[in-house]
Amino acid sequence: MTSNKMFNILVPVISVLIGLLSGAVIMLGFGYNPIEGYAALWEGAFGDMYFVGETVRQVTPYILTGLAVAFAFRTGLFNIGAEGQVIVGWLAAIWVGITFDLPMYIHLPFAVIVAALAGAIWGFIPGLLKARLGVHEVIVTIMLNYVALYSSNALIRSVLSDNQDKTDKIAATASLSSEWLQNLTFFSRMHYGILIAVFAAIIMWFLIERTSIGYELKSVGYNQHASKYAGMNVQRNIILAMVISGAFAGLAGAMEGLGTYGNMSVSSGFTNLGFDGIAVALLGANTAIGVILAAFLFGALKVGALNMPTEAGVPNELVDIIIALIIFFVASSYIIRWVLLRLKKGEK
Amino acid sequence: MGVIELLAQVIPPALFFSAPLIFTALGGVFSERSGVVNIGLEGLMVMGAFVGIVFNLTFADVLGPWTPWVSILVAMVVSAIFSVIHAVAAVSFRADQVVSGVAINFLALGLGIFLTKQFYGKGQTDMVTQPFYTTDIWFLSDIPFLGPIFFEGIYVISYISIILALVCWYIMYKTPFGLRLRAVGEHPMAADTNGISVTKMRYVAVIISGAFGGLGGSVFALTIALNFSHATIVGQGFMALAAVIFGKWHPLGAMGAALFFGFAQSLSVIGAGIPLLADVPQVFLLIAPYVLTILALAGFIGRSEAPRANGEPYIKGSR
Repeated sequence: MTSNKMFNILVPVISVLIGLLSGAVIMLGFGYNPIEGYAALWEGAFGDMYFVGETVRQVTPYILTGLAVAFAFRTGLFNIGAEGQVIVGWLAAIWVGITFDLPMYIHLPFAVIVAALAGAIWGFIPGLLKARLGVHEVIVTIMLNYVALYSSNALIRSVLSDNQDKTDKIAATASLSSEWLQNLTFFSRMHYGILIAVFAAIIMWFLIERTSIGYELKSVGYNQHASKYAGMNVQRNIILAMVISGAFAGLAGAMEGLGTYGNMSVSSGFTNLGFDGIAVALLGANTAIGVILAAFLFGALKVGALNMPTEAGVPNELVDIIIALIIFFVASSYIIRWVLLRLKKGEK
Repeated sequence: MGVIELLAQVIPPALFFSAPLIFTALGGVFSERSGVVNIGLEGLMVMGAFVGIVFNLTFADVLGPWTPWVSILVAMVVSAIFSVIHAVAAVSFRADQVVSGVAINFLALGLGIFLTKQFYGKGQTDMVTQPFYTTDIWFLSDIPFLGPIFFEGIYVISYISIILALVCWYIMYKTPFGLRLRAVGEHPMAADTNGISVTKMRYVAVIISGAFGGLGGSVFALTIALNFSHATIVGQGFMALAAVIFGKWHPLGAMGAALFFGFAQSLSVIGAGIPLLADVPQVFLLIAPYVLTILALAGFIGRSEAPRANGEPYIKGSR
């Protein structure tokens, strides 16, 4: 069984390596220099403090949406709705940020909590429908993504601004951004949100691994019928899992609203933070620590990719292909295990 | 405004918004009925749209008015090949099917934009010169009352999608192939003991879903979007997936759900011209299809039961 634990770490690592290798092959195939390409990627992610700051900024919401998807997965639910929960969280944070006039030590936590609540409510709806009426959570969360997108656009135009395409900037007392961090990182958009994200990861770990609530949630994820037979309230656990999942995603919205942008714009499409969160959760094997590591990898890839077109002439979408392949190999872990076992046998 | 004018204004756009959803949802029905969850429908549509547009742009001069028809066929073939990736992962590699579906979505979009930049040096293609056009259907459009509503200024492809749904229903419920397909999705072990190859059936089903997804994506691209960029297919595949579940994994049910979505989407486009809807703020028309779907699922559709073995890899000899 010890080798099983080793596999759990080896499979993601091998998947990442194969993904990067495939990326190199694709670059070669289209006549680019893969070494130049990856050098540009590295430079764009960690080249100087500015890029490091931008990478951390991107990692922050990825951790939170990753946690959101991972948390729901643990209870056997698939939350495609992190996207919508990010949007309502973002909107709620901005609303608190521009409407209220409070001292910072109340205003900022208030804005963050309201964002988490908004996300939680957006997660509560599919949770309730799944628990009480057996409606598939995948379809409800997909629908709610669109409802969130279009309604927040309408609210930005009509309520939060005067027919403008974006809201005002939030009050400084609600902002997560810090001059100190910006100076440190040559004026990147890095903000204190990363602390919240890491704290959220610790909460998830504690909740899942160290409390009876987490035990019940996992149990429902493994086998609903057995859990029910053991006296657990399956319906309540399903709702709770979606609410907590939504709260994490709502926090990710707060990071964008209070940290990175400081306002919210009308948008024709999704932020993709929620969808990328699915990839983060999958690579992170739905564990808190795994999600943090995966978020760092994908954040670095995404931010670093922006440097690839200018320095190496490689379209930055190459990184999307690499990420897709990594997920594909993680999903196909069975075959990686099989190959590894074959190799081991060969040694003997 | 009379009833006929009103219907003539509402129904053609509803049909033309539905067609891509119907095609793709039918693909989803095949895949899921064989026991393979297909979240990758979105990606298959992206691939179809990309191939359809690129082929159309490249061969418009050679093929003339036949271009869109050949384009959707080529898109079908390429998407079918592309879907083999999902089949290999889900059937042979015993991957988590949801996960490999997500990978398909990421891969199709990444690949599509990457290649667009390779071919055209920019993030989106030019507009196609040979899209599908609306026509009056010969003879049928002369029928009084019904003609103007259903057969004037319409895309032929809309009717092809409805006919295809009927064909799919026939295949799935009236042929040995359909019986086997459903058996593999409900109880693979029983099917296996009866000599049906679970692997083969599931591969075939996923490839069919790839072909239909590509068809849906290319039809969307050549009737509505007219070019390819990262914003061409944004969520239509997920809508199709919703139609599959909404339609209870039945070809005609999925078609009905897709028609409903198409109708609801068309309302937000043509709403301003309809007296009753003109005063409604646009946001309500925009979110209406999604809210109605949720309400419908929660209210009168009831519990949706997926094919029993949906999402589970079949491992020979395991109980």
